[in-house]
Amino acid sequence: MTFNEIKIKLKKYTVGIAGAGGLGSNCAVALARVGLGKLVIADFDVVNETNLNRQYFFRDQLGEKKVTALKKNIERINPDIQINAYDIKLNKNNLVHLFKDCDIIVEAFDLAEMKQMIIETCMTKFPDKPLIIGSGIAGWGKSNTIKCKKSENLYICGDEESETTDNNPPLAPRVGIVANMQANTVLEILLNKK
Amino acid sequence: MKIILNNNEETFDRDKMTISELLELSNFSYKLLIVKVNGKLIKKDAYKDTIVKDGDDVTVLHLVTGG
Repeated sequence: MTFNEIKIKLKKYTVGIAGAGGLGSNCAVALARVGLGKLVIADFDVVNETNLNRQYFFRDQLGEKKVTALKKNIERINPDIQINAYDIKLNKNNLVHLFKDCDIIVEAFDLAEMKQMIIETCMTKFPDKPLIIGSGIAGWGKSNTIKCKKSENLYICGDEESETTDNNPPLAPRVGIVANMQANTVLEILLNKK
Repeated sequence: MKIILNNNEETFDRDKMTISELLELSNFSYKLLIVKVNGKLIKKDAYKDTIVKDGDDVTVLHLVTGG
Protein backbone atom coordinates (compact mmCIF):
# COMPACT_ATOMS: atom_id res chain seq x y z
CA MET A 1 0.00 0.00 0.00
CA THR A 2 1.31 3.46 -0.85
CA PHE A 3 0.98 6.23 1.73
CA ASN A 4 -1.70 7.79 -0.43
CA GLU A 5 -3.75 4.55 -0.36
CA ILE A 6 -3.22 4.31 3.40
CA LYS A 7 -4.51 7.86 3.94
CA ILE A 8 -7.59 7.21 1.80
CA LYS A 9 -8.39 4.07 3.78
CA LEU A 10 -7.76 5.59 7.22
CA LYS A 11 -9.91 8.62 6.41
CA LYS A 12 -13.04 6.43 6.87
CA TYR A 13 -12.33 5.48 10.45
CA THR A 14 -12.84 6.90 13.95
CA VAL A 15 -10.69 6.05 16.98
CA GLY A 16 -11.64 6.86 20.58
CA ILE A 17 -8.86 7.74 23.01
CA ALA A 18 -9.63 7.50 26.72
CA GLY A 19 -7.18 9.92 28.36
CA ALA A 20 -4.89 12.62 26.94
CA GLY A 21 -1.77 12.06 29.05
CA GLY A 22 1.45 10.27 28.13
CA LEU A 23 -0.18 7.42 26.21
CA GLY A 24 -3.15 9.32 24.80
CA SER A 25 -1.43 12.48 23.57
CA ASN A 26 1.37 10.61 21.80
CA CYS A 27 -0.93 7.96 20.32
CA ALA A 28 -3.33 10.64 19.03
CA VAL A 29 -0.49 12.57 17.35
CA ALA A 30 0.81 9.41 15.63
CA LEU A 31 -2.67 8.57 14.30
CA ALA A 32 -3.24 12.14 13.11
CA ARG A 33 0.09 12.15 11.25
CA VAL A 34 -0.80 9.07 9.20
CA GLY A 35 -4.21 10.40 8.16
CA LEU A 36 -6.90 8.92 10.43
CA GLY A 37 -10.34 10.43 9.70
CA LYS A 38 -11.57 11.22 13.18
CA LEU A 39 -10.49 11.15 16.82
CA VAL A 40 -12.73 11.22 19.89
CA ILE A 41 -10.60 12.25 22.86
CA ALA A 42 -11.69 12.62 26.50
CA ASP A 43 -9.74 13.86 29.54
CA PHE A 44 -10.56 16.08 32.54
CA ASP A 45 -7.05 17.28 33.43
CA VAL A 46 -4.99 20.42 32.74
CA VAL A 47 -1.40 20.53 31.45
CA ASN A 48 1.04 20.52 34.36
CA GLU A 49 4.80 21.09 34.33
CA THR A 50 5.37 17.48 35.49
CA ASN A 51 3.66 16.25 32.28
CA LEU A 52 6.26 17.76 29.94
CA ASN A 53 8.70 14.86 30.45
CA ARG A 54 6.50 12.65 28.25
CA GLN A 55 3.24 14.23 27.08
CA TYR A 56 2.69 16.01 23.76
CA PHE A 57 2.30 19.53 25.17
CA PHE A 58 4.41 22.67 25.25
CA ARG A 59 5.56 24.91 28.07
CA ASP A 60 3.33 27.78 26.93
CA GLN A 61 0.31 25.46 27.37
CA LEU A 62 0.72 25.00 31.15
CA GLY A 63 -2.68 25.39 32.84
CA GLU A 64 -4.63 24.77 29.63
CA LYS A 65 -7.14 21.92 29.44
CA LYS A 66 -5.33 18.89 27.99
CA VAL A 67 -7.99 18.13 25.39
CA THR A 68 -8.02 21.74 24.15
CA ALA A 69 -4.22 21.96 23.98
CA LEU A 70 -3.96 18.56 22.24
CA LYS A 71 -6.58 19.49 19.64
CA LYS A 72 -4.59 22.63 18.80
CA ASN A 73 -1.32 20.71 18.56
CA ILE A 74 -2.82 18.04 16.31
CA GLU A 75 -4.43 20.62 14.03
CA ARG A 76 -1.02 22.22 13.52
CA ILE A 77 0.17 18.84 12.19
CA ASN A 78 -2.92 17.72 10.24
CA PRO A 79 -5.76 20.22 9.81
CA ASP A 80 -7.86 17.61 7.92
CA ILE A 81 -8.51 15.32 10.87
CA GLN A 82 -11.81 15.76 12.67
CA ILE A 83 -11.40 15.92 16.46
CA ASN A 84 -14.18 15.66 19.04
CA ALA A 85 -12.53 16.69 22.32
CA TYR A 86 -14.39 16.23 25.60
CA ASP A 87 -13.29 17.86 28.85
CA ILE A 88 -14.81 15.17 31.05
CA LYS A 89 -13.83 12.54 33.61
CA LEU A 90 -14.73 9.24 32.01
CA ASN A 91 -16.78 6.64 33.85
CA LYS A 92 -18.58 3.45 32.86
CA ASN A 93 -21.68 5.34 31.78
CA ASN A 94 -20.38 8.31 29.81
CA LEU A 95 -17.67 6.34 28.00
CA VAL A 96 -20.31 4.10 26.40
CA HIS A 97 -22.08 7.18 25.09
CA LEU A 98 -18.92 9.01 23.88
CA PHE A 99 -17.24 6.05 22.19
CA LYS A 100 -20.22 4.14 20.78
CA ASP A 101 -19.48 5.18 17.17
CA CYS A 102 -15.71 4.56 17.31
CA ASP A 103 -14.21 1.71 15.29
CA ILE A 104 -11.50 1.11 17.92
CA ILE A 105 -10.93 2.34 21.49
CA VAL A 106 -7.48 3.11 22.89
CA GLU A 107 -7.20 3.06 26.68
CA ALA A 108 -4.78 5.75 27.85
CA PHE A 109 -5.59 6.17 31.54
CA ASP A 110 -3.06 6.40 34.32
CA LEU A 111 -4.59 4.29 37.11
CA ALA A 112 -4.84 0.49 36.92
CA GLU A 113 -8.36 0.66 38.44
CA MET A 114 -9.49 2.84 35.52
CA LYS A 115 -7.92 0.41 33.03
CA GLN A 116 -9.93 -2.38 34.64
CA MET A 117 -13.11 -0.26 34.51
CA ILE A 118 -12.83 0.38 30.78
CA ILE A 119 -12.01 -3.28 29.99
CA GLU A 120 -15.01 -4.56 31.95
CA THR A 121 -17.28 -1.92 30.42
CA CYS A 122 -16.15 -2.44 26.83
CA MET A 123 -16.20 -6.25 27.02
CA THR A 124 -19.80 -6.02 28.22
CA LYS A 125 -21.12 -3.15 26.08
CA PHE A 126 -18.91 -3.34 22.97
CA PRO A 127 -17.76 -6.99 22.68
CA ASP A 128 -17.01 -6.53 18.96
CA LYS A 129 -14.95 -3.33 19.25
CA PRO A 130 -11.18 -3.74 19.51
CA LEU A 131 -9.84 -2.24 22.77
CA ILE A 132 -6.13 -1.45 23.07
CA ILE A 133 -4.74 -1.19 26.60
CA GLY A 134 -1.41 0.21 27.80
CA SER A 135 -0.03 -1.59 30.88
CA GLY A 136 3.55 -1.43 32.17
CA ILE A 137 5.33 1.63 30.79
CA ALA A 138 7.30 3.20 33.65
CA GLY A 139 11.07 3.60 33.93
CA TRP A 140 13.77 3.37 31.29
CA GLY A 141 15.65 0.70 29.30
CA LYS A 142 14.31 -2.87 28.96
CA SER A 143 12.89 -2.08 25.52
CA ASN A 144 12.66 -5.75 24.65
CA THR A 145 10.27 -6.53 27.53
CA ILE A 146 7.60 -4.35 25.90
CA LYS A 147 5.18 -6.38 23.79
CA CYS A 148 1.66 -6.46 22.40
CA LYS A 149 -0.54 -9.38 23.45
CA LYS A 150 -3.85 -10.14 21.77
CA SER A 151 -6.79 -11.96 23.31
CA GLU A 152 -9.78 -11.82 20.92
CA ASN A 153 -10.70 -8.11 20.72
CA LEU A 154 -8.53 -7.10 23.66
CA TYR A 155 -4.96 -6.00 22.98
CA ILE A 156 -2.48 -5.18 25.73
CA CYS A 157 0.68 -3.17 25.04
CA GLY A 158 3.49 -2.77 27.57
CA ASP A 159 5.58 -5.03 29.80
CA GLU A 160 2.68 -5.72 32.23
CA GLU A 161 4.94 -5.12 35.25
CA SER A 162 6.64 -1.69 35.34
CA GLU A 163 4.39 0.31 37.64
CA THR A 164 4.74 4.07 38.15
CA THR A 165 6.37 4.90 41.53
CA ASP A 166 8.44 7.84 42.85
CA ASN A 167 11.61 5.98 41.94
CA ASN A 168 10.32 4.57 38.67
CA PRO A 169 8.60 7.46 36.89
CA PRO A 170 7.02 7.33 33.46
CA LEU A 171 9.41 8.95 30.94
CA ALA A 172 9.12 10.02 27.30
CA PRO A 173 11.09 7.18 25.65
CA ARG A 174 9.30 4.18 27.17
CA VAL A 175 5.87 5.85 27.29
CA GLY A 176 6.42 6.82 23.66
CA ILE A 177 7.22 3.23 22.69
CA VAL A 178 3.97 1.97 24.20
CA ALA A 179 1.83 4.89 22.91
CA ASN A 180 3.17 4.31 19.40
CA MET A 181 2.71 0.56 19.78
CA GLN A 182 -0.95 1.25 20.54
CA ALA A 183 -1.16 3.48 17.44
CA ASN A 184 0.61 0.80 15.40
CA THR A 185 -1.93 -1.79 16.59
CA VAL A 186 -4.73 0.55 15.47
CA LEU A 187 -3.16 0.69 11.99
CA GLU A 188 -2.75 -3.07 11.86
CA ILE A 189 -6.45 -3.57 12.61
CA LEU A 190 -7.78 -0.81 10.32
CA LEU A 191 -5.54 -1.48 7.33
CA ASN A 192 -6.43 -5.18 7.42
CA LYS A 193 -10.16 -4.42 7.28
CA LYS A 194 -11.84 -5.45 4.04
CA MET B 1 -5.31 -31.69 33.41
CA LYS B 2 -3.97 -29.59 30.56
CA ILE B 3 -5.05 -26.03 29.92
CA ILE B 4 -3.91 -23.24 27.62
CA LEU B 5 -2.62 -20.43 29.84
CA ASN B 6 -1.68 -17.24 27.97
CA ASN B 7 -1.23 -19.21 24.76
CA ASN B 8 1.04 -21.86 26.35
CA GLU B 9 -0.01 -25.39 27.21
CA GLU B 10 0.34 -26.02 30.96
CA THR B 11 -0.20 -29.25 32.87
CA PHE B 12 -1.54 -29.35 36.43
CA ASP B 13 -1.66 -32.34 38.73
CA ARG B 14 -5.43 -32.21 39.39
CA ASP B 15 -8.73 -32.59 37.52
CA LYS B 16 -10.12 -29.11 38.08
CA MET B 17 -9.47 -25.98 40.09
CA THR B 18 -10.88 -22.53 40.72
CA ILE B 19 -9.47 -19.35 39.19
CA SER B 20 -8.22 -18.33 42.65
CA GLU B 21 -6.24 -21.59 42.94
CA LEU B 22 -4.84 -21.23 39.42
CA LEU B 23 -3.69 -17.65 40.09
CA GLU B 24 -1.99 -18.74 43.30
CA LEU B 25 -0.31 -21.82 41.75
CA SER B 26 0.93 -19.81 38.76
CA ASN B 27 2.23 -16.94 40.92
CA PHE B 28 0.02 -14.22 39.48
CA SER B 29 0.41 -11.90 42.42
CA TYR B 30 -0.45 -8.50 40.92
CA LYS B 31 -3.26 -6.60 42.55
CA LEU B 32 -5.25 -5.98 39.38
CA LEU B 33 -5.75 -8.69 36.80
CA ILE B 34 -8.00 -9.33 33.85
CA VAL B 35 -8.96 -13.00 33.62
CA LYS B 36 -10.71 -14.58 30.66
CA VAL B 37 -11.78 -18.22 30.40
CA ASN B 38 -12.62 -19.39 26.86
CA GLY B 39 -13.01 -15.74 25.86
CA LYS B 40 -15.39 -14.83 28.67
CA LEU B 41 -14.39 -12.15 31.18
CA ILE B 42 -14.35 -13.39 34.79
CA LYS B 43 -14.76 -10.63 37.34
CA LYS B 44 -12.73 -10.63 40.54
CA ASP B 45 -15.61 -11.58 42.85
CA ALA B 46 -16.13 -14.77 40.79
CA TYR B 47 -12.53 -16.04 40.96
CA LYS B 48 -13.19 -18.40 43.86
CA ASP B 49 -16.35 -19.89 42.33
CA THR B 50 -15.26 -20.25 38.70
CA ILE B 51 -13.92 -23.68 37.79
CA VAL B 52 -11.16 -24.25 35.26
CA LYS B 53 -11.14 -27.72 33.70
CA ASP B 54 -9.16 -29.74 31.18
CA GLY B 55 -8.93 -28.07 27.78
CA ASP B 56 -9.90 -24.57 28.92
CA ASP B 57 -8.23 -21.56 27.35
CA VAL B 58 -7.29 -19.08 30.08
CA THR B 59 -5.86 -15.60 29.60
CA VAL B 60 -4.46 -13.61 32.53
CA LEU B 61 -3.37 -10.01 31.96
CA HIS B 62 -1.67 -7.69 34.49
CA LEU B 63 -2.88 -4.13 34.87
CA VAL B 64 -0.35 -1.73 36.33
CA THR B 65 -0.59 2.02 36.94
CA GLY B 66 1.11 4.45 34.56
CA GLY B 67 0.02 6.34 31.49
